Amino acid sequence: MRIPGLSLHFQALPGAVPAAIARVDSANWNEAARVVHESGRKLVALWGADNRDRDGTFVMFAAYAVDAGLAVIALPIAQASPTDAPCYPELAGMFPVAARMQRAIADLLGIVATDANDPRPWLRHGAWPEGVFPLRRDFDASQRFDNPQENYPFVRVAGDGVHEIPVGPIHAGIIEPGHFRFSIVGEKVLRLEQRLGYTHKGIDKRFESFRVADGGRLAGRVSGDSTVAYAWAYAQAAESLLAIAPPPRATWLRALMLERERIANHLGDLGALGNDAALAFGLSQFMRLKEDWLRWAGGAFGHRFMMDCIVPGGVARDLSSEEAERLARLAYDLEKEVHALRHIYDEHAGLQDRFITAGRVTPQLAMKLGLTGLAARASGQARDLRVAHPAAPYDELGVIVATQRGGDVAARVSVRFDELFESLRLIRLILHKLPAGELRIELPAPQPGAMGIGWVEGWRGEVLVAIEAGEDGMIRRGHAHDPSWQNWPVLEHAVMDNIVPDFPLINKSFNLSYSGQDS
Amino acid sequence: MIPIILKILRTGMVSEPVPSPREEFREAGNMHLESIQRQLLETLGRALAIRQIDAGSCNGCEIEIHALNNPYYNLEGLGIKFVASPRHADMLLVTGPVSRHMERALKIAYDATPGPKLVVAVGECGCNGGVFGESYASCGAVANVIPVDVSVPGCPPAPQAILQGILTAVSAKGEQLKR
Repeated sequence: MRIPGLSLHFQALPGAVPAAIARVDSANWNEAARVVHESGRKLVALWGADNRDRDGTFVMFAAYAVDAGLAVIALPIAQASPTDAPCYPELAGMFPVAARMQRAIADLLGIVATDANDPRPWLRHGAWPEGVFPLRRDFDASQRFDNPQENYPFVRVAGDGVHEIPVGPIHAGIIEPGHFRFSIVGEKVLRLEQRLGYTHKGIDKRFESFRVADGGRLAGRVSGDSTVAYAWAYAQAAESLLAIAPPPRATWLRALMLERERIANHLGDLGALGNDAALAFGLSQFMRLKEDWLRWAGGAFGHRFMMDCIVPGGVARDLSSEEAERLARLAYDLEKEVHALRHIYDEHAGLQDRFITAGRVTPQLAMKLGLTGLAARASGQARDLRVAHPAAPYDELGVIVATQRGGDVAARVSVRFDELFESLRLIRLILHKLPAGELRIELPAPQPGAMGIGWVEGWRGEVLVAIEAGEDGMIRRGHAHDPSWQNWPVLEHAVMDNIVPDFPLINKSFNLSYSGQDS
Repeated sequence: MIPIILKILRTGMVSEPVPSPREEFREAGNMHLESIQRQLLETLGRALAIRQIDAGSCNGCEIEIHALNNPYYNLEGLGIKFVASPRHADMLLVTGPVSRHMERALKIAYDATPGPKLVVAVGECGCNGGVFGESYASCGAVANVIPVDVSVPGCPPAPQAILQGILTAVSAKGEQLKR
């Protein structure tokens, strides 16, 4: 791999993802960030690891999406003395999306970004005290600490008539927990500040108690609505680490599952968006279609969300020819029904009045803040991993990327409709071309220290999983990155100057994961 | 308006028969249920109001709880509805594992729910911590934090199983009140 304008020695990682890793010093860490930033490319994920037991250092990883694939920059950090905080040059000045990830790394590993302008904790509320770092190797995961009430300093907005609305962590619906602090004047939102981390379950630490062969069960539960995307990204990472390739039939079935997951989520969101704009009819209709869709998977794959169906080395479930026929018929019926419903949505004046201009993110802002996934495509960012770096079988499927430039709720609704129809086309194509053969191959024993990366375009955006093998087939370090890290901060911008009652609608149009971000 | 009405007419009624309660979901008690609406009325004197609380789940259980509100399960037709505040609720439907960062909020919501109250823990993680177990960040099962009447296993449990869990808790309470 080469990044134009940068002379770094990259070592390619085996596997389905075109990824390569370069070890750098802090000058090159900055230089790599500058070159990637100036060429308009994006930061995908940022994470750290504690290697003191091995070579006395901590290490920071920054994964950038560049033209050639995924460039992982690794910066080893020597600790001056055991009491000093290890430091690295911060990245949020160039990549705003890095800000919360840097705070999370400081909470979990005690690796600090120098010159970062927000020293507040992010994932740490009260479950562990300051100065204790759960992701360090010498931290015993079963430890419990007092859980005192935290006092989080929200940013205050001053001025005549400004007041605050605190919402959460428990929200007034069947939704994940998080806290939103609105500063408003009259009905208008001046500022939204999010406080997340309520569903932090210690997933990265938990990976250490799983084997490389079965960590997919945990990865598949980082965010339940994206279980297929995570399981596939994990399988890619494990296969990269083990330098093996899954059989062709398995990759085609994986793509079938991923497109099914995209459709299931888009159906649910399209219904909920109608409901949030007071068209309960839309919710009933789309939820009925989603139920039919999930029931098929429950019958054919034994699980309505297809959890644990993708495993390292292949897939755990096959598709019978009868089920394939049923799916083809179901897809045909679904397409007809959704066309009719789209017509109703498009013609519904009340609905369009709520959708159009609400929660606008301009293409410029989307670019600057590193928005990802379907929300980015609704703001003019024509980027989709299935096209940019197509892993098999996407190289043979020719995905057509859905884009809009409006950046408002209407644009995100429109992208969902377009992607749903495109996924139905892909499913038909997959059913037509599905190769026969093996479903899964045996896994060799992992080499301690070997690293692997998976990178998948889930329905919400880019899911990344990185794992490193330890002794005896165990995972030494596992990291799961949710696209919600990118998109939550953009939501804060999207709601500015909108009215408070439009927030649920705008929020739903992004439909971000709390659990994936808090992990 | 006409396309909407036509679509509603063409779709027709899709609601399905109600499943029966599942005795294995609850610890003790033994009874069977004749009519769910009557049971709800006898036990509560009105419709059942549920406050759902995600205490740290992966959102998988929430998707299935949402599915309960789809026309196939016709929850409101049974006299069961989801409410926005624990103060309006007869039952808390809690998914887990309970993260340590949600422990306090869950206890506050439990205390805010007027008695007699029911708690149904939903999902493998709500039952026993699931893949996340107990750790520095996770309290594990819902029962480790608040008293639980009925636990519904499954990762995630299908909507029918969640509905059975809800009905099991109500019928158990009815039995208790009669005694």
